[in-house]
Amino acid sequence: MKILAAIKQVPARDTQLRVDTDARWIEEPDASEINEPDAYALEEALRLKEAHGGEVIALCAGPEAASQTIREALAKGADRAIHVEEDALHRFDVLGVARILAAAAAAEKPDLILTGLQSDDLGSGQTGVVMAELLGYAHATIIMQVEAQGSGIRVKRELEDGWFQHVDLPLPAVLTIQSGINRLRYATLMGIKKAKSKEVRKLTAAELGVPPAASVVLDRVYAPLRVKRTVMIEGPAAEQAARLAAILRDEVRVL
Amino acid sequence: MKILVVMEHSRGAWHRMSWETLAAAQALSADVEALVAGHETGELAQELARKRLSRVHAMESPLLAEYTADAFTATVAGAVERIRPDLVLFPHTYQSRDFAPKVATRLGRVLVSDVIRLRDDNGLVMTRQLFQGKLNADYRAAGPGPHFASLQAGVGRADAVEAGSAEIVTVRLDHGEPSRAVPHPPFRESSRAIDLTAAELIVSVGRGIKEKDNIGIVEDLARALGAELAASRPICDNGWLPMERQVGSSGQTVAPRVYLAAGISGAIQHLVGMKGSKTVIAINKDPDAPIFEIADYGIIGDLFEVVPALSAEVRKIKG
Ligand SMILES: Cc1cc2nc3c(=O)[nH]c(=O)nc-3n(C[C@H](O)[C@H](O)[C@H](O)COP(=O)(O)OP(=O)(O)OC[C@H]3O[C@@H](n4cnc5c(N)ncnc54)[C@H](O)[C@@H]3O)c2cc1C
Repeated sequence: MKILAAIKQVPARDTQLRVDTDARWIEEPDASEINEPDAYALEEALRLKEAHGGEVIALCAGPEAASQTIREALAKGADRAIHVEEDALHRFDVLGVARILAAAAAAEKPDLILTGLQSDDLGSGQTGVVMAELLGYAHATIIMQVEAQGSGIRVKRELEDGWFQHVDLPLPAVLTIQSGINRLRYATLMGIKKAKSKEVRKLTAAELGVPPAASVVLDRVYAPLRVKRTVMIEGPAAEQAARLAAILRDEVRVL
Repeated sequence: MKILVVMEHSRGAWHRMSWETLAAAQALSADVEALVAGHETGELAQELARKRLSRVHAMESPLLAEYTADAFTATVAGAVERIRPDLVLFPHTYQSRDFAPKVATRLGRVLVSDVIRLRDDNGLVMTRQLFQGKLNADYRAAGPGPHFASLQAGVGRADAVEAGSAEIVTVRLDHGEPSRAVPHPPFRESSRAIDLTAAELIVSVGRGIKEKDNIGIVEDLARALGAELAASRPICDNGWLPMERQVGSSGQTVAPRVYLAAGISGAIQHLVGMKGSKTVIAINKDPDAPIFEIADYGIIGDLFEVVPALSAEVRKIKG
């Protein structure tokens, strides 16, 4: 099976986010990491390859700095990577980014494209579905299990309120992967060493024929207004704990 | 502004968020139409016809009996081309996540997904969250419609849907290609051994706990309070606690007297599962964590210091 894992680099979870001066995006974060659902998508791709043979190609659109995430994917076991290098990806809308990825993917003719169900930064949750439509592939979203079955696959979709559903799909297909589908591996020392000699093909959006157009414009980024007034309990930890316990006894009345 | 609302139902029952989306549309425009797609939608269409709508579109086909992205995309995209609305609204449900982006793409448009606020300010302004609720962003739809958006829970209020009367336009789709995806019947994993919905007090732990071995300190607080232990999704994804203890859109929906969240950021998918709680208490080291937006009491601090101290204080009071 030839599997493409579309992964994205996002600001690390614990970094401070600062809105940039024109309030259109954020300043360069201090630390970055792979988008969490994408890590699960990559892991699932590696497991499918281990079970059925084939190849895993990591596909990433993002700035030069995203090579960190690409190297990690190669160290974990991806065979090679495609890096669509774009400094200002936020100038493309959802459709634009999916066009970039679809154009890069089309040339590879993969059997399966796996990606996270949404990103931790933009959170649109659309990239996989839009790619499928652009490529004419079948798709399924919020996937918690993938099994090869005859010439196609059977997947387990997560539905709302604790329900699930199996869906049979022909290949080629796009799946958007939910966090928790598998247990993530760590890169081994050997893997890190091997990654250095693996191929990373660099492309640009312009080379793929996708101009930075947005029919939906991001107008302004800002910190949300607090809607409800929270009673903040200040002081050192011991004092905070004592006051909260008193509140539980006297105001909330559960002690 | 002509708005088309794509309603969602399964087996004859409406998805509650459809009504919220409809109410949001009514608040924005006097010209709202609603679409229901399915196999036998007669009664559903009748119910819609008693709302303040310009028209109800009932899209009928045996191919729509079970949801598939292929059939629903073809149906809704076709309807949008015929109806020509300025704005198409979906509830931001799992089902919409699966096909609304596909509809927009087929028509060469961009869906603005997971919108939390919608207003008309010299054109349509759609607010959505970035970075799991840490920041907000306003998006503007440029140029002529149709524009597409999916609305998060709570944008409109289901009980605010205005009554009225509307004509029903039934379209029987007799052609159409069978879906490439073949869906099987939905199922539940196992009967839930732990029912959090009945709990009076819940202590819930999030990724701020860092490691499985640390869960004990939160478990101890739950024991001291006589509370049930719950968790955010990553804790269950990592196998640190069983799935049955997960609260949120893909876990349980709870409404206890007290919900104490320790090391939980407050992503929307978590909030929808617990925001009905009577009193919410949040312990988080990040003053900007979205959980503080819905908390009644907040402690900005290190849970590794605050939680054990709280357990001790509670035991002191309880004697
Ligand atoms: C379709 C879908 C369904 C989902 N369903 C659910 C669901 O049902 N339930 C759910 O919970 N999530 C769900 N999620 C995931 C959700 O989007 C969030 O990723 C998740 O809720 C985050 O969990 P968290 O708050 O524990 O972790 P994080 O977002 O990583 O937050 C950790 C928090 O801990 C704080 N912290 C760190 N260290 C400390 C310390 N020492 N002391 C105090 N605080 C500290 C940090 O400041 C941070 O706010 C779903 C996502 C999707 C896309």
